[in-house]
Amino acid sequence: MSQAILTEHLAFAYPGVDGKSDTRVFEDLNISIEEGSFVAVLGSNGCGKSTLAKHFNAILLPSGGKAYVCGLDTASEDNLIPIRRSVGMVFQNPDNQIVANVVEEDVAFGPENLGVPSSEIRQRVDQALKQVDMYDFREHAPHLLSGGQKQRVAIAGIIAMEPKCIVLDEPTAMLDPRGRREVMETITRLNREKGITVVLITHHMDEAAQAQRVIVMSEGRIAADGSPKEVYAQVELLHSIGLAAPETVELCWELNKEGYDLPLNALRVEECAQTLFDLLKA
Amino acid sequence: MLKDITLGQYFPGKSPIHRMDPRAKLILLIVYIVALFTAGGFLSYALIVGFLGSVIYVSKIPLKSIVRGMKPLLVILVFTGVLNLFFTEGQTVILRIWKLTITLEGLVRAIFMISRIMLLITGTFLLTYTTSPIALTDGLESLLGPLKKLRVPVHELSMMMCIALRFIPTLIEETDKIMCAQKARGADFETGSLKDRIKAMVPILVPLFISAFRRADELATAMECRCYQGGEGRTKMKQLRYTALDAKAFVLGGVMLAAVIVLKTLGL
Repeated sequence: MSQAILTEHLAFAYPGVDGKSDTRVFEDLNISIEEGSFVAVLGSNGCGKSTLAKHFNAILLPSGGKAYVCGLDTASEDNLIPIRRSVGMVFQNPDNQIVANVVEEDVAFGPENLGVPSSEIRQRVDQALKQVDMYDFREHAPHLLSGGQKQRVAIAGIIAMEPKCIVLDEPTAMLDPRGRREVMETITRLNREKGITVVLITHHMDEAAQAQRVIVMSEGRIAADGSPKEVYAQVELLHSIGLAAPETVELCWELNKEGYDLPLNALRVEECAQTLFDLLKA
Repeated sequence: MLKDITLGQYFPGKSPIHRMDPRAKLILLIVYIVALFTAGGFLSYALIVGFLGSVIYVSKIPLKSIVRGMKPLLVILVFTGVLNLFFTEGQTVILRIWKLTITLEGLVRAIFMISRIMLLITGTFLLTYTTSPIALTDGLESLLGPLKKLRVPVHELSMMMCIALRFIPTLIEETDKIMCAQKARGADFETGSLKDRIKAMVPILVPLFISAFRRADELATAMECRCYQGGEGRTKMKQLRYTALDAKAFVLGGVMLAAVIVLKTLGL
């Protein structure tokens, strides 16, 4: 399988202001994300995960090393538009990424920029809105929608550009639990049904658990990389970088400290209950 | 209080007025305004009121929201009324209080001026109520298209207008929030002298401006991410097209203007 996103020895530093030295975010980052996969990038605040996300869309350019998106080098000016066509980006605040005053006009903004013929834009917009389950709201004003709905409109705006990959930078951070669930369901469905590569930047453990692969970042380095079960079993490591494992894993881990020998792979409550049930029966 | 402002708000709908081409609506608004300023007598005003009334009826816009939109302009209306009422020279004196006289001419003039302003505003409201701001800016962009040859950045201007309209409700909401936050910490916006009250606005405006700049920055990034590169090579989902409906509207508008001009020459 080919790589949707590939970084080689990626380094980046924000230039210093007023004679202060540069702020280095990361120095030697090697990540490869396969096409069609669902990857979560996890980390506490300030670990560089948002900065990394901005490299996936050529908003920021590497100060060292290379970043390739669908085989295209982000550093080359000519690749800018093809890269942004193939990687869509969804940001934290849904209010600040909706351009138009009517839902469907906003979804059409991307395809319009690409110069897609009108009749095809209409088709794409309708399809995208149906995929995020917002078709009935197509003529509404965005400011009257809930946070979760606005974020789904933002996602529809990206899908309408038919990208191969969507990068979401903490899309649920400003949403209530219901909006968060709506957005997560939409993301997982897009990945499963449309085969769109999804990169989810988050600091929510339970959201990352829905991905196929979790990359944990800490201070600009990769601290752990693997399936959610593999990553979450490393409870001490997670604690050392200021993250907590899901509650179910934490529970088993606490019990293990008391001398039990439980597997640390229960991510859902049902699995955890089963583990405890088996323990009590034995 | 801030939620009352309805300026530039669009009511989605399917009426014939909603379905008209925004360019046609803009042109008709200009025709309407010309007619309004040509009109002189009761009959021509009645004609314009009739025209506007039927447009409101067809558009199914609730009268209430038009009246609500008028509220912020109450001061201007009263001011114009009073000014015309007292300072119009005339022979037929109706009332004399101290040095002020009210003449019949003044009364008539005041009524005409107030109704002219109200008709003008209602007309423009109808345009923004029945036309989505994007359609409106599209219409403007298309009508002003020839100016591109004179290097007027028509697309950029219409984009700016579109974004400004999009963010009005968002920023109003934010202002409300900031005001509540300041009130919770003891700020007082309602009492004190005018100077005190203006001073009290500073702690609202500063955070509002900062947040507006941050929003602008984020929106610009988001727009770039969606491949925005200016007007070159851009297509539109909804292409503007004049229909039979617009032709009918043009005929109606033309007849109205002609009738007003005829009435004017007849002195009615």
